[in-house]
Amino acid sequence: MTVRGEDEATDGTAAGLTGRLARFARAYGGTGRARVLKDTRVTVVRAGDVVVKAYPPETDETALIARLRVAGTLPGVLLPPLAERPERLDGRLVTVWPAGEPVDPSDPEGAPWETAALLLARLHTAQAAALSLPPAGGPARLAGAVARLSDLSGLSGPRELHGAPGPDPGSGFDGRNGSVATILAAFRSLPAEVRPGPAEAGAAAPAGGVRPLTAGRPAHGDFHLGQIIRYQGEWLLIDVDDLGAGVPAWDLARPAAWYASGLLSPRLWERFLSAYLAAAGPAVSAADPWRELDAPARALTVQLAATAVAAAGAEGRPLDEVEQALVSSCGRIARAAAPQ
Amino acid sequence: MRCPKCSGNMRTYDRNGVHIEQCENCRGIFLDYGELETLTRVESQWSQQHYPSPPPPAHGGPAWGAPHHGGHHRHQRSWVGMLFSS
Repeated sequence: MTVRGEDEATDGTAAGLTGRLARFARAYGGTGRARVLKDTRVTVVRAGDVVVKAYPPETDETALIARLRVAGTLPGVLLPPLAERPERLDGRLVTVWPAGEPVDPSDPEGAPWETAALLLARLHTAQAAALSLPPAGGPARLAGAVARLSDLSGLSGPRELHGAPGPDPGSGFDGRNGSVATILAAFRSLPAEVRPGPAEAGAAAPAGGVRPLTAGRPAHGDFHLGQIIRYQGEWLLIDVDDLGAGVPAWDLARPAAWYASGLLSPRLWERFLSAYLAAAGPAVSAADPWRELDAPARALTVQLAATAVAAAGAEGRPLDEVEQALVSSCGRIARAAAPQ
Repeated sequence: MRCPKCSGNMRTYDRNGVHIEQCENCRGIFLDYGELETLTRVESQWSQQHYPSPPPPAHGGPAWGAPHHGGHHRHQRSWVGMLFSS
């Protein structure tokens, strides 16, 4: 999360989107100075107790409406929006939320790991019959991260990822350390059930329309510690952008990938997983959780490594220890999948 | 022999092959050359017998998982960023 200067969204020069979002937040009762919380693909502005989020122009409105409706119908699990339907501002869809208190980023040990696991277990067991949902965004996020890495390293579009191995690994960006080739090899080695299909690989946003939830379960689609906030005394999941029908083990797969790469301590991982199982979370079995976790955790490891290496490449710096650990995991994933 | 710290009288003990001098006044202990290494070796033999290696995590891990080294990267910017963002 990028926290900018206090007055950035409100000073005289902020004639752009952030300034208009600040006025929008005030219309919903937000008071005080506005802050830009994020300005990337989405733009998030907070004024007082109101947070507004603007989406990219290509966002699927039907899917977003369905996701907002689910957020409004699962109290105690998801933060309910202040506006039931997305608003429009300069051709952008905008959602409006009450502000909450995030997890302290300086203290991951003190983060509410158990509560996060409990919230995911509740989401995964929510009454499916009442929900109509687009597909969860996990596979599309993987496809997007790998496509961005390929773009940066001089490969052509994501479709190439399904074909032959990429160009000469000694060329361009990849020549720096070979990590791109390692990540792409791990991506190609992923089990079929977690490899994004052509629809996800080719589309900017998850496609497939909104359907009654018959296959899969409700899943968050992009869980991490920035996705829980405390609101009116209780922790809740936020960010419905990737919420949908999917494989719930994907929601555990990011912490699982951290753990499997030696980044998340075994103690914190056990706290999280045990709490999920204790809450009767259906994504994994207590007897052998890695049976369901293995494939999505491989997928998330590739996604995390692709995102990290692309970021390092864009900043023109070598990989740090954490990023190298993810690339090493990709190497082991590719080797573990290779025919003996 | 006199204690190098308080000049008290030092008394010699032999315990399990380790030769030590202890000051009767300040209780300080003097080790001869090689005796610290002897103590370390004896201690590690003892702890291997008494503290078996920690059990693996209750729920296992994947075949491709990394060995765990402990959280020395705990405050690295990229790790905290990854915990809290997509």
